[in-house]
Amino acid sequence: MKKKLNGKVSGLEKKRAVTGVMFCMPFILGFLFFMVKPMAQSFYMSFCDVQVGPGQFDLVWAGFANLDKAFKVDPDFSRFLLEGFAKMIVYSLAIMVFSFFVSLVLNQEFHGRALVRAIFFLPVILSSGVILGLESNNSVIAAIQADISDSLSGVSITTVLEEVLKTAGVGVRAYEEVFVLIDNIYDIALASGIQIIVFLSGLQTIPKSMYEAASIEGCTSWESLWKVTFPMVSSIFLVNWVYTIVDFSMRTDNDVMSKIDDIMVLQLNYGLSSAMAWSYFVLTMVFLAISSFIISRRVYYYE
Amino acid sequence: MSNTAVMSAPTQGGAQAKPKMSVYKRRKIATQFCISLVRFILLFGMCFMIIQPILNKVSVSFMTEEDLYDPVVVNIPAHFTTENYQLSAEIMSYKEAFKNSMIISLTIAVLQVIVCTLVGYGFARYDFPLKNVLFGCVLLMIVVPPQVISTSLYLHFRFFDIFGLVRAITGQAINLRGSVLPYYMMSAGCVGLKNGLYIYLIRQFFRNIPKELEEAAYVDGCGTLKTFFVIMLPDAKPILTSCFLFAFVWQWTDGFYSSMFLGTTKLVSTSLARIVDSLGAFIMRELGIQTSVSVAYSNCILSTGTLMIVLPLIILYLFAQRGFVESLSSTGIKM
Repeated sequence: MKKKLNGKVSGLEKKRAVTGVMFCMPFILGFLFFMVKPMAQSFYMSFCDVQVGPGQFDLVWAGFANLDKAFKVDPDFSRFLLEGFAKMIVYSLAIMVFSFFVSLVLNQEFHGRALVRAIFFLPVILSSGVILGLESNNSVIAAIQADISDSLSGVSITTVLEEVLKTAGVGVRAYEEVFVLIDNIYDIALASGIQIIVFLSGLQTIPKSMYEAASIEGCTSWESLWKVTFPMVSSIFLVNWVYTIVDFSMRTDNDVMSKIDDIMVLQLNYGLSSAMAWSYFVLTMVFLAISSFIISRRVYYYE
Repeated sequence: MSNTAVMSAPTQGGAQAKPKMSVYKRRKIATQFCISLVRFILLFGMCFMIIQPILNKVSVSFMTEEDLYDPVVVNIPAHFTTENYQLSAEIMSYKEAFKNSMIISLTIAVLQVIVCTLVGYGFARYDFPLKNVLFGCVLLMIVVPPQVISTSLYLHFRFFDIFGLVRAITGQAINLRGSVLPYYMMSAGCVGLKNGLYIYLIRQFFRNIPKELEEAAYVDGCGTLKTFFVIMLPDAKPILTSCFLFAFVWQWTDGFYSSMFLGTTKLVSTSLARIVDSLGAFIMRELGIQTSVSVAYSNCILSTGTLMIVLPLIILYLFAQRGFVESLSSTGIKM
């Protein structure tokens, strides 16, 4: 009797498994056709010399020549990589802190919350696609504006503060990083639209009873922020960190990305651009793996 | 801004128990007031920071060229004009680009959402062998920058073939570059722009629907498809709306896939990206002499163009904002 039941259950499971595969079929097909082959091909290509002829293209095995070229011959690539990563680390941290803070504030109840939320999600539109690239391309105008504001001897608060703190002479390097971040707070706000939404969704899953329990145990709001809120959203931190890094590394105004595009579209050097893209991708993945491993060790899962 | 120093409900767990003494009460009220004030100032500042560039663009877009150089004119144009709009519309061939963009963004967004819903539902509700590996592929897809595979995709569609069948028949591979077909195919296969993210979001949503609901539907005689359409889909409306909006917005402003696959079609995003060059060409054509456009004026046209592109999105966003924001925050993402 039991055996029969088991058999029946496994039959049902099998049927369900088939249904599940059917549902996922578009992705499986799409992945096989448009991801696996191109990825394998471009990986292979990065070790090849690609010659595009009429009606077809030839791959000539070139070993590590492309990688060699990318890192040793090309004057910009390795510099862009290094700068890109340094910028990525600083900005991603800032974006995380900013979006966590904003979502904490937006999660509170106050009048006009809907309006403020709406404004904070505008960056999802404003930081997308070509618009972002255009903003950063406007460096000429930015330079002119900087000139004008210099000649007008307008006093900016940050410059004054910077001067004061610099003369104090403590940790000048650290201050400089912070000031660069503060000057670029607009970029950070623009880049953290999705992260705020994700944090908010995480904050809203925390049951109210937890805070009540904490306050009965004698936690102040500040303590319950660190002892309740923080652990409860720690898994969201991981999600957001991954998203931030990925988003940052794929932005259109990224130096490395535009370099790769240039080499592909303008110089038609498919081999070199593949090699660059892959080395960039692999480095990003390694960085992502290491950093999320460190974060995930501190993540607290609430069951 | 209406959130002036308003008393907020105790949110962080109502830390203080109700004291009987009025001194404590007064102190509490004072603290609350300070918190609200600080919050108002902070939020006002940050909201202003986000909105200011848009307002700035709006004011610049109505200025004549002489206003741009007039140091007295800062925000309110002295010579109000809508010429900039007409000029940008002409340069970008706005009407045509708008129509194309609308058609492509709408169809692509609908297609992507339909496909991603199916896949997300499959991942969320069914168990099958290698499911975790496949889902890993979804995550991988989110992470892989399109540039990594773009080189190869470019060639893939340049010399398109299905298992060598086409070449066997016609003796030559099809060149699909410059047609919209490849992009629709990719979207149908869930490998379009940010599709991994949509799958992920939709899956998270379907995972949270209680199993009992599904079982009850089966008991009542619903088949797999009927359960999906009648029970699950109506519930998922908010998240699907959000994904549709994301898809639409990102497709509308996307430059990468558009210039790669839809190069010949006039789209608002690609024409905006070229607007400064087009302006130079336009003026050269009109005047018949080689001139360089002044930086300020090209910036003005660029601002106008940007506004014209963002405006439809903002209108859409204002209409859908409520459902969109609330639904996403109520999805609850769990890893």
